[in-house]
Amino acid sequence: MSKLTLKSEGDRHVVVTRRFSALPEAVYRAHTEPRLIQRWMLGPDGWTMPVCVCDARPGGKFRYEWADGKGRGFYITGEFTALEPFSRIVHVERMHLPDPTPDNHIETRFDADAGGTLMTMRMTLPDAAARAAMLATGVEQGMEASYARLESMN
Amino acid sequence: MPSLDAAFTALADPTRRAILARLTLGEATVMEIAEPFDMTQPAISRHLKVLEGAGLIARRVEGTKRPCRLAPAAINEIDQWLNMLRHALAKNYDRLDDVLAGMQPKKRKGLR
Repeated sequence: MSKLTLKSEGDRHVVVTRRFSALPEAVYRAHTEPRLIQRWMLGPDGWTMPVCVCDARPGGKFRYEWADGKGRGFYITGEFTALEPFSRIVHVERMHLPDPTPDNHIETRFDADAGGTLMTMRMTLPDAAARAAMLATGVEQGMEASYARLESMN
Repeated sequence: MPSLDAAFTALADPTRRAILARLTLGEATVMEIAEPFDMTQPAISRHLKVLEGAGLIARRVEGTKRPCRLAPAAINEIDQWLNMLRHALAKNYDRLDDVLAGMQPKKRKGLR
C-alpha cells in the first residue's frame, strides 16, 4: 500500500498527499527547521543538502542546495507567504538549473488525522508547459533508481 | 512519444534541462537558446537533437530558422512523469517517517 498520492489537477496544478503517524506539529517542524529538513529532503541515495537556509516566517526566504558528491548539484530558492503553525505553509519556489524555472506556488496543509497527520501539498504553476517542465525536472530525482533498474535488466 | 528511457537520458544533462526551462517561456530559435550558455551553437544544436529525438521538443521550419518549442507529446506525458516524481517523493517521505520517529516532542510548559 502506498501512502503517497500525486495527481495532476486541471492544467496548472499538482496535488500531493501523504499520511504520517506523527502529529502535525512534528511534521510541520520537519518542513521548517533546517536541521530536520537536511535529514530527509534529499532525493536519490547519495545526495546531500550541504546548504539549508530557511527563515520560516512570512516574507522569509529559503535556499536549499543539493549535491551528489560527484560535482553535480542544483538549488532551490523561495519565499514564505504565510505560515500557520502547525497547520499550513504557503510559499513560492523555483529551481535554479542554473536558470530559474517558472515560479511554483505551493500551499502545504498539515491536518490532524486518525492520531497522525494528513499532509496535502498543492502546487500551482503558471501554465501547462511550466507544469510539464517542473515534472520533467522532478523526473531526474527518480532517475538514478531508474538507471539502477535498467542496469539490472541488462 | 519515444521511450521514457530516451527522455531520461535527455534530461540527465543540466544544459538540456536548462534548455527545456527556457522553452517553458515560449518558442525560441537556436540563437536565442544558445545566448545564456557559454557554448557554441553547434554544441547547443547537438543538445537540441537529443531533446528532439527524445520527443521532448518539436521544431518547425520558418525560412532559414528552425524554432524550437516544448513538444505537446512531452507535455501530455504528465502521467509518466508523475510516476517518476511520485517515486522520488516517496523516498523522501519514507526518510521523513524515520526522522519523525526519532523526534522528541518539544518541551512544553505543562500540559495545554
